Amino acid sequence: MDYTIFILALPLLSFLILGLCGMKMPHKTAGLIGTFSLGAVAVLSYITAALYFGAGRDADGLFATIIPYNICWLPLGETLSIEMGILLDPISVMMLIVISTVSLMVHIYSLGYMKGERGVQRYYAYLSLFTFSMLGLVVATNIFQMYVFWELVGVSSYLLIGFYYTKPAAIAASKKAFIVTRFADLFFLIGILLYGYYAETFSFTPAETVLMTAGGIIPVALGLMFIGGAGKSAMFPLHIWLPDAMEGPTPVSALIHAATMVVAGVYLVARMFPLFIDFAPDTLHMVAYVGAFTALYAAVVACVQTDIKRVLAFSTISQIAFMMVALGVCTSADPHEGGLGYMASMFHLFTHAMFKGLLFLGAGAIIHAVHSNEKSYMGGLRKYMPVTHATFLIACLAIAGIPPFSGFFSKDEILVACYDYSTMMGIFMSFVAALTAFYMFRLYYLIFWGKSYYEQQLALYKEGKSSHEPHKPHEAPATMTVPLVILATISVFAGFIPFGEFISSNGHAYTIHLNYAVAAVSIFLAIAGITLATIMYRKGTSSLTVSINRNLKGLIDAAYHRFYMDELWLFVTKRIIFNCISRPIAWFDRHIIDGTMDLMATLTQKLGTWVRPMQSGNVQSYSVWFLSGALILVLILIYFV
Amino acid sequence: MIVPAQFYLALAAILFFIGVFGFFTRRNLISLLISTELMLNTVDINFAVFNAYCHPEHLEGFFFTMFGIGVAAAETAVAIAIIINVFRNVKSIHIKNMKELKH
Repeated sequence: MDYTIFILALPLLSFLILGLCGMKMPHKTAGLIGTFSLGAVAVLSYITAALYFGAGRDADGLFATIIPYNICWLPLGETLSIEMGILLDPISVMMLIVISTVSLMVHIYSLGYMKGERGVQRYYAYLSLFTFSMLGLVVATNIFQMYVFWELVGVSSYLLIGFYYTKPAAIAASKKAFIVTRFADLFFLIGILLYGYYAETFSFTPAETVLMTAGGIIPVALGLMFIGGAGKSAMFPLHIWLPDAMEGPTPVSALIHAATMVVAGVYLVARMFPLFIDFAPDTLHMVAYVGAFTALYAAVVACVQTDIKRVLAFSTISQIAFMMVALGVCTSADPHEGGLGYMASMFHLFTHAMFKGLLFLGAGAIIHAVHSNEKSYMGGLRKYMPVTHATFLIACLAIAGIPPFSGFFSKDEILVACYDYSTMMGIFMSFVAALTAFYMFRLYYLIFWGKSYYEQQLALYKEGKSSHEPHKPHEAPATMTVPLVILATISVFAGFIPFGEFISSNGHAYTIHLNYAVAAVSIFLAIAGITLATIMYRKGTSSLTVSINRNLKGLIDAAYHRFYMDELWLFVTKRIIFNCISRPIAWFDRHIIDGTMDLMATLTQKLGTWVRPMQSGNVQSYSVWFLSGALILVLILIYFV
Repeated sequence: MIVPAQFYLALAAILFFIGVFGFFTRRNLISLLISTELMLNTVDINFAVFNAYCHPEHLEGFFFTMFGIGVAAAETAVAIAIIINVFRNVKSIHIKNMKELKH
């Protein structure tokens, strides 16, 4: 499979072309270059997947792990070296499909969405860079290569969040995203170094004997790596960057901050899964608890946000937490005995990427039409944007877990895995799933139903109370609706993919079978959530909404402010870290280190001022000095030697 | 009668310090040059005296004297040339005007 190198080379090439000479091209050419290179990458990915899974299983019943390239990039010593290469196994091939599909959709969509924006060439260059980095991340042959590309996706995310660099909010958001994830990546790096030192390799499959002797340190290393993953995947309390990251262009949010980059943390845990299961099951369960808490937290916050992209951002955090939980509740590598979560997590990653990408792209179309992110500018849009409405509804049904949409199947597997682990965990996650259905349909009704902002404004205008005619919302152009329709189709049918046939925790084929009890409960809860949302938001503000708002005012306020997590972080960083650590260090630097240097400089200068007059230019005074010196030397020679 | 060596040495010392005094106090470049020559000549006297009194069988000291006289002549020629050039540039051979030579 030598051609797989092109999957990485094409986006890199298009990044270089667009980055170096993009500004000389017309917008349309730049967009088409990016889109066509991505199209080629997508085709190559599909061919790879078809060939890989088409080759069938080997004698052990596993899909072979293929490494077409592995080049020694940086030898670190006798035994340890860093390689760069391409590794194909079921999960990396699955990720190739996810990334190239969503990325292609976003490229096409952006042709319409970014039309007429300044710097479209730059935008496509960054998108290509991101796609290259993300693909490099998933096909990494070792943890260090993964780290290198991990940082590259961080950089491209930073660049794209700050795309509208004249907006202060975008700049602040990009810096926040970069700093928070960098902070988490510090732990990731420490984890990698510990792992490399004790496992004597950076590859994912170290020798068993080495691991046995280094047993105690592996859970620590894996735990540190998970912190890095938690930063990228926005797990509580490192989630604070993701909602702000919505300042970037909406297609970017769809690609990076919903479908691909933020699942890198999940992918990391899945990649290290065999080690987690064998050496650090307790760390793995910690992952589950962190994930479960994050899922609840994000779902509650999502219920009250007014900015539609923020709702989707928190919903993303919550859904990624579902995947983390699914990985964390695994108790063995056998999918029949407690290892189901691995498959469920990957399945949910796949379906979530599709319907969340769709939701964001739909939100982009809506924002494109009403020129605002705030829900108060929407309402009643279903008449004006039928295609967006239909696809958005499909995505909402999918994420809410209504059969036969894809989200139902993957979320159901996750819930089964949770119930297998403990009943408490299962009930907890079922509750979060119900919340998911509620907040998604709240969003749906707020956007597409209720009183139309446009019609209200139009009425005001006609009565002469408003001075300017409101802008009529319009359906998005075909470049934007076609990706929506494609993603919606995938979201409808992806649930029927026999996912367990391709991916499972121990690599053997696993036939997914619905657990009817769990399925019935989750369908019931989803419908309950939807019903509640329908009662509360279908007709604008109902009496129930008002009374709930009154009775739970404290909770709703707190949730609207995201339970003051940003303020808490600001307090910790500004008040505690700045005042107690940074300021003393700065004082030490300024007064002790700089002081010593200044003292040396001042002394030299003083000495110079004192010595300088001796060089008068007067030859005779020089000769006086010379003679007195000679005389003194003579006297010394006479009397002392 | 043989003149004792001390007389020659005393003469040389006196002449030398006359040269030093002249070098320190005079302000005219030509005078400075003359003072320098004076000091050089006292050294020549010392060479000759020590040779004649300590190692009369050798001639190295006299050679050095001859050599010193030759060097002094060459040096004078160079120094006079420099002084003439300085005079052309600064229109003066007063040492006060020589300060630009520093740096």
